[in-house]
Amino acid sequence: MSENYILDLIKQDSRIDGRKLKEFRKPVKIETGISKNAEGSAKATIGETEVIAGIKLSLGEPYPDNPDEGTIMVTSELLPMASEEFESGPPGKQAIELARIIDRGIRESKALDFKKLCIKKGELIWLVFIDIYPINDAGNLIDASALATVAALKEVKFPKLEKNKIKYGELTKDKLPLTKIPITCTLVKIGDKILVDPNSEEEQVIDARLSVAVCGNKINAMQKGGIEGLSFKEIDEMMDIAFEKEKELRKAIQ
Amino acid sequence: MTYTKRPDGRKFDEPRKMEAKVGIIKRADGSAMFKMGDTIAIAAVYGPRELHPRFLQNPERGTLRCVYDMLSFSVPDRKRPGPSRRGTEISMVTENSLLSVVNLDQFPNAVVDVFINITQANAGTRCAGINAAVMALADAGIPMRDLVSAISVGKVGDKVVCDLDKDEEDYEEGSTDIPVAIVPRTGEVILLQLDGSIKKEELKEALKMAKKTCDDIYKIQKKALKKAYQEFQNE
Repeated sequence: MSENYILDLIKQDSRIDGRKLKEFRKPVKIETGISKNAEGSAKATIGETEVIAGIKLSLGEPYPDNPDEGTIMVTSELLPMASEEFESGPPGKQAIELARIIDRGIRESKALDFKKLCIKKGELIWLVFIDIYPINDAGNLIDASALATVAALKEVKFPKLEKNKIKYGELTKDKLPLTKIPITCTLVKIGDKILVDPNSEEEQVIDARLSVAVCGNKINAMQKGGIEGLSFKEIDEMMDIAFEKEKELRKAIQ
Repeated sequence: MTYTKRPDGRKFDEPRKMEAKVGIIKRADGSAMFKMGDTIAIAAVYGPRELHPRFLQNPERGTLRCVYDMLSFSVPDRKRPGPSRRGTEISMVTENSLLSVVNLDQFPNAVVDVFINITQANAGTRCAGINAAVMALADAGIPMRDLVSAISVGKVGDKVVCDLDKDEEDYEEGSTDIPVAIVPRTGEVILLQLDGSIKKEELKEALKMAKKTCDDIYKIQKKALKKAYQEFQNE
């Protein structure tokens, strides 16, 4: 697929897969309970893009500056299985950026009440490991990863605790202190157009990218990518689209 | 010492319920899923493609590379993401098993990459991985003389059993685990590992059990491949 062809189409407000500029691929869907040994797990599908996220809980010591708070650890591994572009080995820049965007969406929206993850102040807390694995990369891993993550968090049940030791495999009925669900929407600028949900081909020609994590009427995290700049007007438009798409994406989680 | 009943009620020579699916990862050149009980393996094949760095290239024939890994949350105690010694060894024995059936003579200097991931683990993961990988290779159109079918057999307490689950592997009074991979048409054993303690006669019985189960797995694999191509034709 030639880059010029993609660019020409976008100039005329159309896309190689026939979508409108502000239209997500279909389906946008969530499947939960995909891995039994995880305390929570989910697969998010956006078009042909598939990402799975799993949550493991473990015990740890709190950070000295937050003695009464548990915490989250987000990692992502871009499995070479998911794309011919990915290679085995330690996480590269793209994997680290992806994990950090997801981390900030959860952390900054205060979706999880970290105080309720404290078992004994200054001594023992719950550590929430969020691990994200793209299985098929057909573009827009960020939004799919964010969806998979919140869906998996929603599923989590705490394992039993006996004398401050976890009994894995024996789950309680207690859910994570998840007070809200942030939604991440990534907008991209190609030429002078703004698009949502870029596919792999479109990702090759992106000038700038803005990922926005929103919840209710608040913006909780943003990450700009790409080389080109964005004008205030473009940022303004991108935020409006993010809020509009939030409702649509949120439906997949319910 | 007498082992009378399996935790999930199976007969001693009965494998867990199995399921196979081909074509699960669109971007890959070939892909498949193999499930045995609660163990789920997925595999993707990329290639033949150019091998980098170039000094690794073989002008005689193509190279096969295999990477086995488990998703961090596939096991009760989170596995640290990334390579491990266990994973490296399993990658190697899997690669050897697959090498004995693929023919890469047509692809000098190229590489065929096989990636196996365990998304949910309850023992027998390397065997599930091999079963999935070989279907993914067939799906990618790599020339092969046959498929490979793999199953773990062994001994729990005093009984020879087929397809041990995690509870059986961890059986307090002793358990022997024997992963076996067989080329179904010829009956050659191309993967054989053993951990535990077993008599020669019992091992022979276990291997017989493995052959019988591998024949059943072979049918499941072929059926899944045929189904994928049926769907492809109908599109």
